Amino acid sequence: MHRLLAHAFALLAALLVLSPATAQLRVEITGVGSNQFPVSVANFRRDGEIPQPVDEIIRADLQRSGRFRMIDPGATPLAETAAVSFAEFKSRGADALVVGSVARLADGRFDLRFRLYDTVKQTQLDALSYVSSAAELRLNAHRIADRIFEKLTGERGVFATRIAYVVQLAKASFELQIADSDGASAQAALRSREPIMSPSWSADGSRLAYVSFETGKPVVYAHTVTTGERRVVANFLGSNSAPSWAPDGKRLAVVLTRDGLSQVYVINVDGSGLQRLTRSAGIDTEPVFSPDGRFIYFTSDRGGGPQIYRMNADGSGVARVTFSGDYNVSPRVSPDGRLLAYVGRRGGRFQVHTLDIATNQETALTDTALDESPSFAPNGRMLLYATEVGRRGILASVSVDGRVRARLSGPSGDVREPTWGPFIK
Amino acid sequence: MTPNRLMRLAACAAAALLIAACASTPLEEQPAAPVTDASSGAAGGKPGGATADPRAVARVDATSKGIDPLTDPASPLSKRSVYFDFDSFVVKPEFQGVVEAHGKFLVANPSRRLTIEGNADERGSREYNLALGQKRAEAVKSRLRLLGVAESQMETVSFGEEKPVATGADEASWAQNRRADLNYK
Repeated sequence: MHRLLAHAFALLAALLVLSPATAQLRVEITGVGSNQFPVSVANFRRDGEIPQPVDEIIRADLQRSGRFRMIDPGATPLAETAAVSFAEFKSRGADALVVGSVARLADGRFDLRFRLYDTVKQTQLDALSYVSSAAELRLNAHRIADRIFEKLTGERGVFATRIAYVVQLAKASFELQIADSDGASAQAALRSREPIMSPSWSADGSRLAYVSFETGKPVVYAHTVTTGERRVVANFLGSNSAPSWAPDGKRLAVVLTRDGLSQVYVINVDGSGLQRLTRSAGIDTEPVFSPDGRFIYFTSDRGGGPQIYRMNADGSGVARVTFSGDYNVSPRVSPDGRLLAYVGRRGGRFQVHTLDIATNQETALTDTALDESPSFAPNGRMLLYATEVGRRGILASVSVDGRVRARLSGPSGDVREPTWGPFIK
Repeated sequence: MTPNRLMRLAACAAAALLIAACASTPLEEQPAAPVTDASSGAAGGKPGGATADPRAVARVDATSKGIDPLTDPASPLSKRSVYFDFDSFVVKPEFQGVVEAHGKFLVANPSRRLTIEGNADERGSREYNLALGQKRAEAVKSRLRLLGVAESQMETVSFGEEKPVATGADEASWAQNRRADLNYK
């Protein structure tokens, strides 16, 4: 009898773990951040059938950022109308407390409310209500997490932004997907039987450029996300790849082999105004503009193995940037222009690193072996990257200090090449 | 080039020629006699009832034309892949014979065209691997050009790490994916 009960319990536990909402929210904290702000997010009061675990979404967002230490709020739901014992939460160690509710309205929409308290000063820091459809409930939870993040850190939150990535579902089945910043609510923007590579967001978040092999060879496209309208940006003889938007949204840096080996060019979105920027005897690839548009960082093997170089946006003044290790690739510049993220091979392992551009201080952020495609969050506080678990590509995030890593287990299939979209107005 | 490497190259070329010669000779001389004998002899079926006769033998005449050397497993031309070291695009000595055999074939058959497809293993950056695959394809192409193959006969494309033939996470699989394939049209 006992064993039967135990079995039933195990089954129940397995079902809970396997339910999609839980799976999407799995956050694996592998380190402890310094100077983390202790915050407690109470269970929100629920009135009626609520399709999204809004309180869990908020907690997972804050935790993944690496900026907060989550304090257990206890099991009792606390609505925004509840009388709160500040002393109780202060004694638990929480300097801030979030309470709220979500109610199903008569018209089928949902009213999501929250209140943020400073338990030390015993004052309210923020309060708001969102009325929305079920589809927007998850986004509104991210918006609340953004407001909490901003109130408590003084910096803008990134939870309501979106990410794009490529997923291989079968041998001849590829998708370019767009999802919430936590990997949930994925939607396919492009389906193809041939590989898709190197998605890149325009600065306003309206368009994605990418490489598609749908015609049998790599061709660069620009794709308007809301309409699905696509145009060919570069389809020259040979290979066309590695698109990266200039901050003005009018031009892209691309890599072409039309004149021999892979070299960096700039081209207008409509395919006009092609201009060659690099002239090396080796590979020049993965160009990215600095956020101010003044520089282009890129990977080159002109010195032997692949290293990261910087040049002025007109192709002049090339200088090598990375010097440690014999393999450094996939540069990305932080939004403030101070940090460079890249994948470096150290002792046979490919890991995400950052380099302080002013001091040349290098920091390893991950301890995995097959990391790819680092991408900064628009506030520069986190990075998204691809890595591998059990021969399957997955997405992971890491705080910029490397202390808090989380696995985004929303997207299924072999996932790769994440790129974090900009702030949405 | 050092005299040593030159010698090795010459030896490879000679070996390639030898293999090519050995492979084609016995096939040319293969007698068609057994087939011919069976259809015309007394053991054959009744004349006129060829379609209905379960013992009928349809004759394929392979005597006038030799076997296409591209599909002959004994020919070095049946080897269509050149393998590379990690982060390298150097055509290794053991693959120079394969490249030279294809070079000679293409020079002798100027109407034949091929695509050289470069590939890379999964480690590192996808874009860098795409460029590396292109460099591998170009390395094979420039060798063929040196052997006298016309530019118009050759095209290069890279699939980077996007189309692996081996999916394991070990050196044996990676080695198979660091490859340039010669695909005839």
